Amino acid sequence: MHDRQSLARAFRQLLPDECVIFREEELIPYECDGLSAYRQVPLIVLIPYTADQVEGILKFCNLHQLPVVARGSGTGLSGGALPHEQGVLLSLARLNQILEVDCDNMQARVQPGVRNLAVSEAVKVYGLYYAPDPSSQIACSIGGNVAENAGGVHCLKYGLTLHNVLQVTMITIDGEKVIFGCGGYDAPGLDLLTLITGSEGMLGVVVEVLVKLLPIPERQQVVLAAFDDLETAGDAVAEIIAQGILPAGLEMMDNLSIRASEDFVHAGYPTDAQAILLCEVDGTDDEVSEEILQVREILLQSGATQVRTAVDEQERIKFWAGRKNAFPAVGRLSPDYYCMDGTIPRSQLGRVLKMIGEMSERYKLRCANVFHAGDGNLHPLILYDANNPGELEKAETFGGEILELCVAVGGTITGEHGVGMEKINQMCAQFPDEELQTFHAVKGVFDPHSLLNPGKAIPTLARCAEFGAMHVHAGKLRFPELERF
Amino acid sequence: MTMDRDCSEALQTTVLDAMNNRRALQLVGSGSKQFYGREAQGEMLSLADHRGIISYEPTELVITARAGTPLKEIEAALLEKGQMLPFEPPHFAGRGTIGGAIAAGLSGPRRPWGGAPRDLLLGIKLLDGRGRILRFGGQVMKNVAGYDLSRLMAGALGTLGILLEVSIKVLPKPPHEHTLTFSSKEQDGWSLIHTMLRKAIPITATCSQGEQHKLRLACNEQRLKQIQETYGMLTVDHQHGFWQALRDQELDLFQQQRPLWRLSVPPAAKLNLPGERLNEWSGGLHWLISDHPASEIRTLVEKQAGHAILFRNGDRSNEVFHPLQPRVAELQQKLKQVFDPKGIFNPGRHYSHY
Repeated sequence: MHDRQSLARAFRQLLPDECVIFREEELIPYECDGLSAYRQVPLIVLIPYTADQVEGILKFCNLHQLPVVARGSGTGLSGGALPHEQGVLLSLARLNQILEVDCDNMQARVQPGVRNLAVSEAVKVYGLYYAPDPSSQIACSIGGNVAENAGGVHCLKYGLTLHNVLQVTMITIDGEKVIFGCGGYDAPGLDLLTLITGSEGMLGVVVEVLVKLLPIPERQQVVLAAFDDLETAGDAVAEIIAQGILPAGLEMMDNLSIRASEDFVHAGYPTDAQAILLCEVDGTDDEVSEEILQVREILLQSGATQVRTAVDEQERIKFWAGRKNAFPAVGRLSPDYYCMDGTIPRSQLGRVLKMIGEMSERYKLRCANVFHAGDGNLHPLILYDANNPGELEKAETFGGEILELCVAVGGTITGEHGVGMEKINQMCAQFPDEELQTFHAVKGVFDPHSLLNPGKAIPTLARCAEFGAMHVHAGKLRFPELERF
Repeated sequence: MTMDRDCSEALQTTVLDAMNNRRALQLVGSGSKQFYGREAQGEMLSLADHRGIISYEPTELVITARAGTPLKEIEAALLEKGQMLPFEPPHFAGRGTIGGAIAAGLSGPRRPWGGAPRDLLLGIKLLDGRGRILRFGGQVMKNVAGYDLSRLMAGALGTLGILLEVSIKVLPKPPHEHTLTFSSKEQDGWSLIHTMLRKAIPITATCSQGEQHKLRLACNEQRLKQIQETYGMLTVDHQHGFWQALRDQELDLFQQQRPLWRLSVPPAAKLNLPGERLNEWSGGLHWLISDHPASEIRTLVEKQAGHAILFRNGDRSNEVFHPLQPRVAELQQKLKQVFDPKGIFNPGRHYSHY
């Protein structure tokens, strides 16, 4: 047990006064990240200016066995930056400098607190951009992107954060600076950069990131296709891929999301469609023209009731605005919504959406579906009202059931939002004990006293045993009719 | 044709026995990369019989195969559906298995644009040093549940376990690829290639040796003509098989018995090293024939933020891979302990310390 006042005094020896936040009312804004259903006021918040200060903080925490939760912009959707009640919340927001843009090597060296979109904005004058574009890119930070291995609507073609980060500088819990990756195309030794990416702040604190930049495509064009049912739309996606086309983005929305978005941003979506697909291609002018014709043809052949190519850049942006605002748009339909993040093999889409529809009726909660169709990443949005007693719990159970369904059809409980606090129970559905033990052992290599983001991402075996007992009713697994993968 | 077979159980028995007797195992696929890494030690354990494609769904862009499956077989199955392994793995003398390709972590000429094994590996079934069969990752493109322990296996040279099965992301193969060639001073050649890359010209491979430069482009003939008109001096090269010969190290440069160094650097790095040289990956990868002391080569490459591997020949009893920051070496050794506590898999093949 540490005392807030004496800790504040101690940290003010290490850091300028304004870096140490300890008054109750000033701590409140840090009590949650983008998943506001989970809240916890931290013992203290530290907002250092430099990597050296981060080093000092970690050394202090290690010496005094204080838990540390790192936080970027706080846009995470799985409670990964939920504070620890007996710990430090370490905000990287002030490490917000783009340190170097290297056009010859098409790389930029940035601090973790730099916003995702700020990188692309800074290098636009050189005709370059940073490819990963999570929906929160206006606000989310590069450090947070590394922690969660963030995706976005363009990752089918351009990859995840993992594929666009070349090197990270990380500080270990005992305050040593280590570098993983290399400015070239590979690094010596085991590829620890892949392990750090997506490790949810459990293994160290990243203080510098070298990102890869790409040339801005000459032209981007998007096609909007409407369908009478979701399964036909799913088949159309498979057909586009089968024809050898790799779109820059390939997104699907169901009727509830279409109507919500249309009401919100007036994107020009057909509100009577059961599903729409947005398919974006990019490249040179000629390549785009050729591919758009191919895509239109495939969509019509696959049973689209309507296919529209954006007439100009303004309409293209409008089509995307509908998709990118789908979450807040759905948010307007209900006091609260709960966003899920499962990934499934695309061939299972029809079956999974049908079963989600059945669950929605059973739980008596509406559910809108937004889907990164190209890479099988599903975002069901469960609508609920936290003011109705028990409804949040019901939404969580519903969400848990969706994730377990994703695992049962050969997918995963999280495609890009991370496990955090939110999906810790569903980890038990995805991984057997021996895999979980291995995860804990890996954690132990980096953080033997479990001070970094404790309690997140990887459940204890005891927790899984308890969860299993709760879930397997009369010895029956959920979804017994499904073949297990 | 060799029969597809699942040898997991037999392999598990062997591993358990090796673990109990602390007997080192040297993992071998087709043996195509025996020259690579430090000198191999231990009893040879062949994975070649553990083979076969388990599933391939072209519209999902994923193939899953047992480790011993020959690359040739996988690439033939993909080609039938117009797809490819994007990292263009070397086959070395027409051999090579998918397990070996992932374990070695080596990529061919397409690497900067198609990715490396670590980028494309989606999931694994691993037989670890305790004889446990573990699954990490999966068959879907996006998966952030738990630590990404599958990608850690890419390039680990089998030191963490036996890759029983691998799931790999595949991509459509470009319908047309053309080779262009031009002559110019080394630095001018690099500048032209770089200018084209900045303009998003669809380059999928480059090779420069002295004043000779070659580019591979994925585009139709009309676009090819436009590119030739815009940049001038570029002639179409109709010679077939060049990129495959580069990939498999069949060019003259690679035939020498002297030490062959593989230097990985940021593409714009200016390397001033004595010896015969060739570079690919738009300057990100250099091959150097040199008898110079290892320490000298490593220091020069390190100054350019890169690293050097003694790839073939030379002294393989010493370190062949670039030395690591002490703390990183320590982390690596502890990770080895997690997966292989008795140190039975390929001891010393990667680094002398594990």
